[in-house]
Amino acid sequence: MKRSSAPIFWSMFGAGGLLSALVGPALVYLTGIAAPLSWGVPLDLMSYPRMLAFAQHWAGKAVVFLVVALFLWHAAHRIYHTLHDLGLHSKALGQWIVYGPSALLTAWLAWALLSIGF
Amino acid sequence: MAEGDRSPGASIEVEVLRYRPEQDSEPFYQSFTVPYAEDLSVLQALQHIKDDLDSTLSFRWSCRMAICGSCGLMINGIPKLGCRTFLREYYPGRVRVGPLNHFPIERDLVVDIEDFVGKLEKIHPYIIPREPRTLDQGEYLQTPRQLQRYLQFSNCINCTLCYAACPQYGLDPAFLGPGITALLHRYNADSRDGGQAKRAAIMHAEDGVWGCTAVSYCSEVCPKAVDPANAINQNKMASAMDYFLRFVKPGGARK
Ligand code: SF4
Ligand code: FES
Repeated sequence: MKRSSAPIFWSMFGAGGLLSALVGPALVYLTGIAAPLSWGVPLDLMSYPRMLAFAQHWAGKAVVFLVVALFLWHAAHRIYHTLHDLGLHSKALGQWIVYGPSALLTAWLAWALLSIGF
Repeated sequence: MAEGDRSPGASIEVEVLRYRPEQDSEPFYQSFTVPYAEDLSVLQALQHIKDDLDSTLSFRWSCRMAICGSCGLMINGIPKLGCRTFLREYYPGRVRVGPLNHFPIERDLVVDIEDFVGKLEKIHPYIIPREPRTLDQGEYLQTPRQLQRYLQFSNCINCTLCYAACPQYGLDPAFLGPGITALLHRYNADSRDGGQAKRAAIMHAEDGVWGCTAVSYCSEVCPKAVDPANAINQNKMASAMDYFLRFVKPGGARK
């Protein structure tokens, strides 16, 4: 019996789920509400120079990479199983549809983070 | 029985799915009116139909006390044991009884559970001693904590209600499914057992624990409070650990 490759996707799904539960709501609040309205945070909290500096630091890069990539793979895995429930039974096709774009976006993300320099 | 238990002359409508392959081109519902009492089970209603109204009705049962696991039915659309489901839960409404979902119908309410039995045979559903002991060495000792690790999973009565509940099994019967995974875990988690390697390939396969999408309806319908969804989840974790650690484990790099 062939061993499933599901553990790879499932562990990224799990890690993404844990991370989104921990930081997701805070991120939505900070970036979507508090920063634009400057509620209790400095007006320039998310200004371009600050954000650029954040993403240029190696630790900032790591945070951005993990948050974006793991959220992405988490969502992809959910959509994959939803496709199955919606009647798309070809596992291979479903995997290409959801994991394909996730892989491309992850590669692009890595490239983008590196290309803005340190 | 106390007088108040029964309204004299009361009756209830029971609709039963019929299918006799030699004469019916497709399954249909047939309605029967059976005497109602508060303490009558759905199984007893079926027995009344067979004894007094239509002796051609086929259904499975044996113990009448939720232990043999043979009377699984869809009752108003929910997988339940006929012997521990009472007419009073539906009265004065009607009860609609069908064969368990996701299994081929053999005849009337009898389904073909060959697939389930075949899977059960494959998982080595017995203790494979971790270390052989002779009689004079005495019994295998087990602490209460070691017992707790598998106890609930050993309560499975092979009723297959969880398979009728599982949408993934309905989509693809190759999936090992809830009950069998619970039993696989029951033996794997037993401190006396050393057969984990024999059960590993089945568990790690795409149609093993990975066929599950964590719907958890299986655990809801189980009449013995087994939690198959939990067994699957624990084994997803174990399977993932094994996937990544097999190369560093001594004797690892197994396929
Ligand atoms: S786990 Fe529960 S529902 Fe499933 S076969 Fe065993 S007893 Fe029945
Ligand atoms: S008749 Fe045995 S479980 Fe119902």
